[in-house]
Amino acid sequence: MDDHRVARLAALAIGLHLAEAVFPSPLPGVKPGIANIVTLYVLYRFDFATAVWVSLLRVVAGSLLLGNFLSPTFLLSLCGTLLSLTALLISMHLPRNRFGPVSLSILAAFAHIAGQLLVVRLWLIPHAGVAYLIPIFAAAALIFGAINGMIAARLLTPVRNQP
Amino acid sequence: MSRWKSFPKLLPGDWLISGLALAAVVVLFATLWHPEHAARLQIRDQNGIYATFSLAQDRDVLVPGPVGVSHIVIQQGRVRFSQSPCRNQYCVHQGWLTHGGEVAVCLPNRISLELLGDKKIYDSLNY
Repeated sequence: MDDHRVARLAALAIGLHLAEAVFPSPLPGVKPGIANIVTLYVLYRFDFATAVWVSLLRVVAGSLLLGNFLSPTFLLSLCGTLLSLTALLISMHLPRNRFGPVSLSILAAFAHIAGQLLVVRLWLIPHAGVAYLIPIFAAAALIFGAINGMIAARLLTPVRNQP
Repeated sequence: MSRWKSFPKLLPGDWLISGLALAAVVVLFATLWHPEHAARLQIRDQNGIYATFSLAQDRDVLVPGPVGVSHIVIQQGRVRFSQSPCRNQYCVHQGWLTHGGEVAVCLPNRISLELLGDKKIYDSLNY
């Protein structure tokens, strides 16, 4: 694992993370999560350990730059990322000729919202009313997970196969 | 168009995962977003709970309060303030309550209506 490579890829992910934070969200927590494209790319191009480094550095450094380090927002982001990394760790063993980046991206996105909703339910808003948000978050995870996965798949396509 | 063609094709497993995820989203919407129909009406006055009625009946309830007598109508599983002695008539203008957890309050007359479902969704109405 090359430190310079990790730093370069993490900087790219942080850049995407910050660019995304500029756009207003209709509902707090519903974001495209375009920085996860980098995580997926790293997982395919390099290995799982590099992907963990890149996404955890992105969460910590991104929160330092946005000024919400150790805030509830940071904890939501961290738990979502940890669960989605766990999902990637499991789903990366799916047969590669059947399951592409889109599958992994959707599974990771669902794990991400599961982690966030767990924090919300257990700590931030300990109330059954949180259940009303689950369908919205799940729909967002499906849509953005699929789109991010397709972009990652496009980035991973070998150059020589392109027209 | 040529840019779109250069997108890699989805693998069978991708379709499978997408389909399963879509099914999960549909099931989540269907199970978590159906409005719960209320079963009972709880009326509170200045002394606490005044009475609890089943919504499976049509009846008028008269509840006395500090300003006068509030008229409450239960009809076809719904409930509303029909007449109120208060000045601003906010409670009457709120109209019918149909779903569990919905609340109408008449502050001048210190009377509130709350619809109770099988399970209580909101617990925000505390004093």
